[in-house]
Amino acid sequence: MAKADMLGASLWDAYSNKVTTLMNNPQHQGEIFEADAESRGHKLIVADFGAESCGDAVRLYWEIDPSNDMIINSKFKSFGCGTAIASSDVMTELCIGKTVQEAVKITNIDVEMALRDTPDVPAVPPQKMHCSVMAYDVIKKAAGLYMGVEASSFETEIIVCECARVSLGTLREVIKLNDLKTVEQITDYTKAGGFCKSCIKPGGHEAREWYLVDILADTRKEMDEEKMKLAADAGANGKFEEMTLVQQIKAVDAIVDENVRQFLIMDGGDMEVIDIKKGDDYIDIYIRYLGACNGCSSSSTGTLYAIEATLKEKLSSKIRVLPI
Amino acid sequence: MQVYLDNNATTMVDPKVVEAMLPYFSEIYGNPNSLHKFGTASHPALRNAINKMYSAIGASDADDIVFTSCATESNNWVFQSVWIDHIVNGDKNHIVTTEVEHPSVLATCKFLEEQGVKVTYLPVNSEGVVEAHTVKSFITEKTALVSVMWASNETGMIFPIKEIGAICKEKGVLFHTDGVQAVGKIPVNLSEVHVDFMSMSAHKFHGPKGIGALYIRNSQSLSPLMHGGAHMGGRRSGTLNVPYIVGMGKAIELATANMSEIMAKIRAKRDRLEDALLELSDTFVVGNRENRTPNTILISIRGVEGEGMLWDLNNGQIGASTGSACASEDLEANTVMLAIGADNELAHTGIRLSLSRFTTDAEVDYTISHFKNAVARLRNISSSFALQKPTAGGEVQECELHHH
Repeated sequence: MAKADMLGASLWDAYSNKVTTLMNNPQHQGEIFEADAESRGHKLIVADFGAESCGDAVRLYWEIDPSNDMIINSKFKSFGCGTAIASSDVMTELCIGKTVQEAVKITNIDVEMALRDTPDVPAVPPQKMHCSVMAYDVIKKAAGLYMGVEASSFETEIIVCECARVSLGTLREVIKLNDLKTVEQITDYTKAGGFCKSCIKPGGHEAREWYLVDILADTRKEMDEEKMKLAADAGANGKFEEMTLVQQIKAVDAIVDENVRQFLIMDGGDMEVIDIKKGDDYIDIYIRYLGACNGCSSSSTGTLYAIEATLKEKLSSKIRVLPI
Repeated sequence: MQVYLDNNATTMVDPKVVEAMLPYFSEIYGNPNSLHKFGTASHPALRNAINKMYSAIGASDADDIVFTSCATESNNWVFQSVWIDHIVNGDKNHIVTTEVEHPSVLATCKFLEEQGVKVTYLPVNSEGVVEAHTVKSFITEKTALVSVMWASNETGMIFPIKEIGAICKEKGVLFHTDGVQAVGKIPVNLSEVHVDFMSMSAHKFHGPKGIGALYIRNSQSLSPLMHGGAHMGGRRSGTLNVPYIVGMGKAIELATANMSEIMAKIRAKRDRLEDALLELSDTFVVGNRENRTPNTILISIRGVEGEGMLWDLNNGQIGASTGSACASEDLEANTVMLAIGADNELAHTGIRLSLSRFTTDAEVDYTISHFKNAVARLRNISSSFALQKPTAGGEVQECELHHH
């Protein structure tokens, strides 16, 4: 939130001129009838996606030359808002002249790019990006019908955010590589969740199979487990600097038990480890003297040097021992 | 020609109201709480505005009408202070309201739920109205407040406030009504209807934005929302917004004087518009006209998505409104549309036209013509009216998810 958010943006003002023009006057709106296509020796494929009851619906028509799988002509019908109509129009435009195999590769990103007036200014405001996704889905469905395969067979990866086309694999990788901790960071890095927001968490515009909040939580958990495993291995290998705090305290205690404590007890004293703080150059171990050691003059000189020297030798040269 | 048919969202300020307000900006500008004559100079106009408010809604001298910044504030005040007075500092824990209230009620209820309050959201019938017996069956001994709007902003449907008021009185439960869409549109007489609190907003009846009011029966206690210099008898602190209070008084006077005559004229235009639009096939209007605010039409046009329709109307210089999810900033489906639940399509094809006393017959004619053209154009594009059936296997059963 900031000054720019104090007055909500005008939805329609954010549409590109192309979106506005095509909404007002779509070029490929209409139908192709089976009898007509057949009379030209072509095959007609008609696929629906969406429904009136869920807010937007599109019907895509492909007239295909079966000898070379070329889409000779394409039309659409749409129940939808301005963006949906303009997206459908550009989608048919992009299909014409391609083979079915080529058309399958068209994504909603291609459709949105084709609606832009200038390459780096989005054609629609973020929450409307969703309306172009249907174009992608209906193409897959039409291709599936023509090739006699399931539309889902064209998907090679799990797409979590349809609007920005971000896959589950990409999200997991980006979270791990950049140590991301919030959904906002994920959106900043990948654009996922930045448009219709359905994929952020349950309860949005449409139900999803995968949600960013869950992916983040699962990946963070995985990262923590990996970190713990690394630390455990480090502990087993005696690498003091890479141990977890608990491992470090145990290691210090073990060294103290083995090499120091008996001498302190002989003099009627003892010591305990209070805390360990890791810095870049030093690892500070805070200790407290107990019994006779407390106030003994050597506790800040000879005894202290002995403890520190032992820990340095056995664990890490970075160690400093600080009595409190 | 341009036609404004979104008067349930806000209205044009009547020039007579502006005229009444003008002296209270730069001529009579004193703080009414001051002792000197600069302050007291505004008192006659303020007293007059207060009198107009009382007489317009049939309030008695024992009642309070407190000016606020808007109906959102009035609604928040009632809910938050009933919560403080009767739930936090009392033995109640329950509020009853409806699914179709204004966001200022629903969002406040959500906030109170987060604080541990139980809230019951009553469903509406196919006409979009909560029935009195439904309200009765949900009131318990723990109920602190019942809140039901007098008329719906989306549908214009009028709720049985008199019956619900009687039920609340009998049960001894506080009753609040959001009167924003009723005051100035239909007779509201609180000497005949039992209501403890009623929210009002000036800009819905040709007054200025930024001024509202809360009616409080019998000066009963309600902790203030705004703490400060104890203005308005300590009810609501903040220097009195003199020109806007004067404006609200003038606006309510103009809206309620000869109301039956003004409303009959609006209704005649509304009915003419509604009849003409219903000549289109596959359309329906929500709610019986006899039980609707006389200026409102919520019409569903099969095969025409609401935002697309609004777009075409806007191209024709007509301002209307839609409950379509696609037209909202967050793509959330409209709660009122879904609550009516005749079918989901209404949530995407509903167009609301709301007239005012400034709507002319010529504007109605223009709207009828342009509206029909827009429907024809969009139905020509619509998949709902396509003839060629999908290839076998290419049909859609229900709302389907995008593939993975």
